[in-house]
Amino acid sequence: MSFTTELRRTPLYDRHAAAGARLVPFAGWEMPVQYAGIREEHIAVRTGVGVFDVSHMGQVETTGPQALDFLQHLLSNDLRRMPEGGAQYSVMCREDGGVLDDLFSYRLAECTFLTVTNAANHEKDLAWLQSHADGFDVDVVDRAADFAMLAVQGPKARDLVRKLSDGALPGRFRVCERSVGGAAVLVCGTGYTGEDGVELLMRPDDASGLWDAITQAGATPVGLGARDTLRLEVCFHLYGNDMDENRNPIEAGLGWCCKERTGFIGSDAVAAAREDGTAEKLVPFAIEGQGIARQGNPVIGGGEVTSGTFSPCLERGIGMAYVSSARAAEGTPIEIDVRGRTRPAVVERKPLYRKGA
Amino acid sequence: MADPSYPDDLKYHPEHDWARIDGDTNTATFGITWYAQDALGEVVFFDAPDVGAEISKDQPYTEVESVKAVSDVFAPLSGEVTAINEALADKPETINEDPYGEGWLVKVKLSDPSEVDALMDSAEYQATLD
Repeated sequence: MSFTTELRRTPLYDRHAAAGARLVPFAGWEMPVQYAGIREEHIAVRTGVGVFDVSHMGQVETTGPQALDFLQHLLSNDLRRMPEGGAQYSVMCREDGGVLDDLFSYRLAECTFLTVTNAANHEKDLAWLQSHADGFDVDVVDRAADFAMLAVQGPKARDLVRKLSDGALPGRFRVCERSVGGAAVLVCGTGYTGEDGVELLMRPDDASGLWDAITQAGATPVGLGARDTLRLEVCFHLYGNDMDENRNPIEAGLGWCCKERTGFIGSDAVAAAREDGTAEKLVPFAIEGQGIARQGNPVIGGGEVTSGTFSPCLERGIGMAYVSSARAAEGTPIEIDVRGRTRPAVVERKPLYRKGA
Repeated sequence: MADPSYPDDLKYHPEHDWARIDGDTNTATFGITWYAQDALGEVVFFDAPDVGAEISKDQPYTEVESVKAVSDVFAPLSGEVTAINEALADKPETINEDPYGEGWLVKVKLSDPSEVDALMDSAEYQATLD
């Protein structure tokens, strides 16, 4: 456990400061929350291309003859379905099904996996993984200090990165090594905005040069503020808001990435929750009329908003909330107590924002 | 977005609100300062009070929200709301674009014009921002 209060900086700190970013503490890091403005950055990603510094996220490498068996024991998805050069989303659970983190894993070689952690959970995840490695022929290595990470997202993202790259880009949920802007980069066909695009992992020393090449090619710098509004419009979960160790993946709406037959830690609890149902469910909602619900606002009659914001694309208050399962069906009217004012809302279908809708 | 400015003809409250006083009629116009709108980011919602509402100096009387944050707006002076800026319902970002002009929030009939003495002038207010 570290008790230092000093905020860490990514290799791109100077670039953010020079671009006029507003820097805020986030999960122990000093990160850009916005540059030109959240709405403008959000629209840039929906209509063009934006670049995010996500170097605060952690990486754990798992290698060895039993790397697949080991990760299958810890991660909720079916890793046998992930070919070499593939990517997969999963959650990691406690025995009781409580969600420790949500993660993307990349299969770099038959027996080499790279798993990306949320910044706030990296140390916890690493300790959990290493503490379960006994009995498996694997090495679990902290690689967080070895990588900087950029997300290039938007309908024009692939085109931009392709022009800087020495070869074709990987497809959706695929990963490959490329030279991009002259640097060795792990190019991943993933992202967390609901738009097409790639995520790039590189040596920290190469991050500034790549950032410059990508922004000079026309990508708009985008901060964590728009990262949050973009992911919420498409109902992607934010760990710590929408689920945590006190929620199982079924009530969080993450049952789709849980394959209990694989026997992962927590699979019995997840199977029971799936079979028996849960008292509450996480649902997307949209406010009817004016008002913006925020995290922590109570749902009248039981439940709580876990993420809430103003949707730049839908131009109304949106969010996700836990409500009793009896009121979780699409179209159900709910009321949210927004700082003392009752705001009517409706349970919606995922995603809240659809392209071209 | 406009450059930082703090007009000399306004009075300022430490919670980053301004008041433009019309001494002849004992009315005032309220708004938020350049610093406040910059800290908040692009305003997407102004929750206007009702015309006729009684508001009290140093107390919140309305809220403005940006995409990410909600902020109370404090009354720099006491009185009765006589008008609200209806145009902000459709274009709340006017608060960012023109915080001292088209981005005004409410007009108030002052109940105690002597309260003005407690407010800051532009130079005093700007000194609190450093």
